[in-house]
Amino acid sequence: MPRPGGPRNFEKSKDFTGSIKRLFKELKSFQVAIMIALILAATGSILSIIAPNKLSDLTDEISKGLVVNQSNMKTLTEKIEANLKNMDPKNILESDLQPQEKQKFLEIMESASTNSKGIQDLKDLSSDALSLIFKEIKIDGEVISAKDQVKYLELFTSLSQDTQVEALYKQIDKMPQSIQKVIEPKMHGKTIQNIALFLIALYVCSALFSYIESILMTVVSNRFAQTLRTKISKKINNLPLNYFDKNQTGDTLSRVTNDVDTIAQSMNQSLSTLVSAVTLFVGTIIMMFVTNWIMSFTAIIASLLGFAFMFTILKKSQKYFVARQVELGKLNAHIEETYSGLLVVKAYNGKKISDEKFDEFNTRVYETNRKSQFLSGLMMPIMMFVGNLGYVAVCVVGALLVQKELITFGVIVAFMTYVRLFTNPLSQIAQAMTALQSTAAASERVFAFLDEEEMTSEENIKESLDKSKVEGNIVFENVSFGYDAQKEIIHNFSASAKKGEKIAIVGPTGAGKTTLVNLLMKFYEIHSGDIKIDNISIRNLSRANIHSLFTMVLQDTWLFNGTIRENIAYNRENVTDERIMEVCETVGIRHFIKTLPAGLDTVLSENDAISSGQKQLITIARGMIEDAPFLILDEATSNVDTRTEELVQKAMDKLTDGKTSFIIAHRLSTIKNADLILVMKDGNIIEQGNHEELMRENGFYSKLYNSQFER
Amino acid sequence: MIKLFKNLTKKDVCFILVAILLIVFQVRLDLKLPDYMSEITRLVQTTGSEMSEILKNGGYMLLCAFGSLLSAIFVGYLASNVSARFSMNTRKKLFDKIENLGLHEIKQFSTSSLITRTTNDITQIQMFIAMGLQLLIKAPITAVWAITKILNKNLQWSILTAIAVLILLSVIFIILIVVLPRFKKVQILIDRLNNDTRDNLTGIRVVRAFNAESYQEEKFEKTNNELTKTQLFNQKTFSVMQPVMYLVMYFLTLGIYLIGASLIQSAMMSDKLAIFSDMVVFSSYSMQVIMSFLMLTMIFMMLPRAQVSANRINEVLDTPLSIQDGNFDGLNTKEEGTVEFKDVSFKYPDADEYLLKNISFKANKGETIAFIGSTGSGKSTLINLVPRFYDATDGCVLVDGVDVKEYTQEALRNKIGYVSQKAIIFDDTIANNVSYGDNGKGAISKDKIKEAIDVAQATEFVLKMKDQYDSHIAQGGSNVSGGQKQRLSIARAIAKDPEIYIFDDTFSALDYKTDAILRQALKKHTKNSTQLIVAQRIGTIMNADKIIVLENGKCVGMGKHQDLLKSCDVYKQIALSQLSKEELENA
Repeated sequence: MPRPGGPRNFEKSKDFTGSIKRLFKELKSFQVAIMIALILAATGSILSIIAPNKLSDLTDEISKGLVVNQSNMKTLTEKIEANLKNMDPKNILESDLQPQEKQKFLEIMESASTNSKGIQDLKDLSSDALSLIFKEIKIDGEVISAKDQVKYLELFTSLSQDTQVEALYKQIDKMPQSIQKVIEPKMHGKTIQNIALFLIALYVCSALFSYIESILMTVVSNRFAQTLRTKISKKINNLPLNYFDKNQTGDTLSRVTNDVDTIAQSMNQSLSTLVSAVTLFVGTIIMMFVTNWIMSFTAIIASLLGFAFMFTILKKSQKYFVARQVELGKLNAHIEETYSGLLVVKAYNGKKISDEKFDEFNTRVYETNRKSQFLSGLMMPIMMFVGNLGYVAVCVVGALLVQKELITFGVIVAFMTYVRLFTNPLSQIAQAMTALQSTAAASERVFAFLDEEEMTSEENIKESLDKSKVEGNIVFENVSFGYDAQKEIIHNFSASAKKGEKIAIVGPTGAGKTTLVNLLMKFYEIHSGDIKIDNISIRNLSRANIHSLFTMVLQDTWLFNGTIRENIAYNRENVTDERIMEVCETVGIRHFIKTLPAGLDTVLSENDAISSGQKQLITIARGMIEDAPFLILDEATSNVDTRTEELVQKAMDKLTDGKTSFIIAHRLSTIKNADLILVMKDGNIIEQGNHEELMRENGFYSKLYNSQFER
Repeated sequence: MIKLFKNLTKKDVCFILVAILLIVFQVRLDLKLPDYMSEITRLVQTTGSEMSEILKNGGYMLLCAFGSLLSAIFVGYLASNVSARFSMNTRKKLFDKIENLGLHEIKQFSTSSLITRTTNDITQIQMFIAMGLQLLIKAPITAVWAITKILNKNLQWSILTAIAVLILLSVIFIILIVVLPRFKKVQILIDRLNNDTRDNLTGIRVVRAFNAESYQEEKFEKTNNELTKTQLFNQKTFSVMQPVMYLVMYFLTLGIYLIGASLIQSAMMSDKLAIFSDMVVFSSYSMQVIMSFLMLTMIFMMLPRAQVSANRINEVLDTPLSIQDGNFDGLNTKEEGTVEFKDVSFKYPDADEYLLKNISFKANKGETIAFIGSTGSGKSTLINLVPRFYDATDGCVLVDGVDVKEYTQEALRNKIGYVSQKAIIFDDTIANNVSYGDNGKGAISKDKIKEAIDVAQATEFVLKMKDQYDSHIAQGGSNVSGGQKQRLSIARAIAKDPEIYIFDDTFSALDYKTDAILRQALKKHTKNSTQLIVAQRIGTIMNADKIIVLENGKCVGMGKHQDLLKSCDVYKQIALSQLSKEELENA
């Protein structure tokens, strides 16, 4: 676990929990927002579990509208039967009915049955007769007349014992109004309305929560990404230069963009997903068990079956994904190499070799692509199948239970949703975990960068040199230095430069010329010995102070994406266009800039037609704008043709008048008029003096110089 | 995009057709599922229905689901095959094309852009095809089929579903309209952020020397702020999408149920059950309709990105090759080792100004011809006409007495050993780098490699390396210095043993001493070869048989060193800028 403060070692091995913990630590200032978001996510999940339950209530309520009012039907039947049974023939015989009617009635009585034939006969009786037999029945305030009762009997007796429900319902449709009213299925409009209103409130709340949660997390993740980027950008400028010697630009760059992006994105998605999925998962299980345990087991077992299968595939596809990344990396490297070396590929007929290699990589990418994509594509259909499997299992088991009257139909409907609710979070959790894995890897890289050791603190530095009052003397005293502690490059170097002198440093590549400049600028800390500016050790001066004393032009023509004006006036305020053009005139690019359509406002970008010579002249102009007591030219004119160089040189001589200057050059013509030439070889000064003296010495310098003319 | 799809092979097309059939089958099964669902619902609902009936229907439903799974797996297999193969073939085609592009076209596209086109853009398209092949076909089929299935069931429900779809689509549409332009802005801002950081990193010493740390940080922060602001806006807008989707889907279900309730209420008893099961089926179909519209919008969200990538790829594929191969095999020429320019002029196809104007000279076997002139005088361009990196606009370039345009490029380049200004080293061993390519004379022997390295003055440092000749050079050659790289690239030319050497400002990267020794050794080794040298240093070229002085694309002097000193002002100026008068005369 990383601890704050102090340098520490970072293992290459991926420490998942460690990185995640660190991530949360960094997120401290966002804690409140995150907590609220997570609570909202959890609440949202709980709401979405309640919703199907309510929906199932609604379904139950609606399905009440399907089932005949059994109890009323039973009472009705009983009452009619009672009427029949309690019928007293005397009533009819004593009545004032016509004799024929009485006769008919007696005939029916003799057959003494209520079979269909009997009922048919009943119909023939007059209504007066009927009303004598069937007393009016009152159910739920509805009066059912004798005629209606007969009709009821007629319709029912026509049904055999094992008739389908449909047939029964058809008969009901034929029943007289009064009976329909009594036995017709009834929905409770009020209840339905209430449930619907509750559901609407629930849905709106849930949507609102999810919206707020998502806004919160968006803000948190983006603001966090922003602070990370700022930190990285600041960190870049606080790292010692040797960090950049050891690490590639692309690597640092990918931390600023890709890694930070990965962190932000996966945080935005996976964190709340994870919380809501887990809540949903646990909540669903609880709800399922509360509703019905047999059904719960059915749903869980059916889903788990599918998930076991899915995880096997997921694991397998992971392997191919890694392989794909590796192969794609190789292929891309080959493409990059071939394109950037296309000149040689063409000139040496290397196309065949390059093609062979390309085909090999390309085929391998194809293979891994095919497999990884196929396997990952399986997830969705399998998920669907798992859902359907759960559905069927729930329905079948549910039906069984309904038949045994252990549960209502609404429970099945609820479980249909539970199954879906239950399968979704599992795959979401799996996805969120993979996302978290990459977050961990990304944040590990970002934090490793942020934890890199910084340059030594300058808090204790009290002395400073005023730019306008500097004398201009520089002394190197027994300086030793190596970029690598084990490998010393500069050995016991001593030299001194007096005010206004032009010091040239020459020597073969690797002699340590640029290193000397790096030390003078305090880009690196010297190991032993000292460098003094006006008798003050650079150890006692801040880096910014030292830098302000020097004008520096380097070999690599560094121009940034921006206008020519921005590039020349770089980091200095109140530089007028006149001043810029004046400097441009001096280095001979005034005409060139004038020919550009946008002049000083021309934006310099990578693919420009500006030659490397012109680029170098712009960097020289940048150096000339500022008036500093010291001047360092590190191969500043190496990309310029010699005639232009001469012009620049003249201008520079004017500029360096009275200033102490250090010049490193390949072309010896550049430095012939230097006051002091230091000839370096393998980190030592092997000769020093001016051009004539050194030529007379007939040593290394003269050999170097004369090699220009060798045949 | 469609244009790019013409690259699909017959096999791919067959695969796609089979996939379409399978998807139709799958959709049919998927849509059959709700039927079984409603049947099961009905059975469960009805008292007295047989358990065996439920089991039977459940079994059918599972069979359907399994069939759908199987065909989905098969479709997935086909889609991943088609997309992977398509991307492989397109990448190959693109790579091939780029290898054959002339230097001018490559400069126009820029190497880094060509790399992204071959890598990222292809991946982008592949992802689109893999997703699209399944979604693009499935979504409309599902939508249409599901709609026809529910169309006649009930007007009120249908209208409700239509309204839901409309709401959903308009919300997505509005969001896209608001967000899409900002997506582009995000891309630009990310690029700028990258550029700012890269600038800061590559110029770290300048940044520090100018105390410009806070300047860089402010610049970065400005972009960072803007990026965060835009991202926040985009993502906040997108946050609306999910709750809206959720609301629409649930309200639709609720609406269907409520309408269903009132329908059941007012229906005849015998119709009630049918309406209820219709309601259940309808709600599940309407979900299908909505889902398929969502899938379609997903495709439309992916489409613009893929379209941009496709255009970028097509742009390269459609670029006409400016250099057409000849058919002369380069054997049995009447001359050997000669290079001749006959009144050659050159300008870029789209430029007004000529870069080279009326250049004529002849280099005979064994001669050394040098070119000198200020930056932008056309030296490199001139020398690049010989291996046909460019073609002359007017006049003709002859190698061994034959116009370079008549050679096959391979035959022509077999005669030439070319070394560029910037050393190019591949990610391979030293030996393989030196013996790189195909010179038409068979493999280069180990001894020859060693000899070449020796002539190039590279033996010393090569022997110091861990595996000597088999040492691996990292990509970009970061484990060797610039001068060492240049020596290796010179060794590569020597190992090839060509008739003609071309050194395009090769020696500037070497210090004077190495330069001198190397050229001496080279002279000895390549007595019979012709050398064309572009140089900046007078010292490098003063012993050439012929020096050609260029200024603004015109030849302003031709001859030997001493003659030119007298006759050519430009040459004299160049020489004097490097050496003193005495030195020049004494040399």
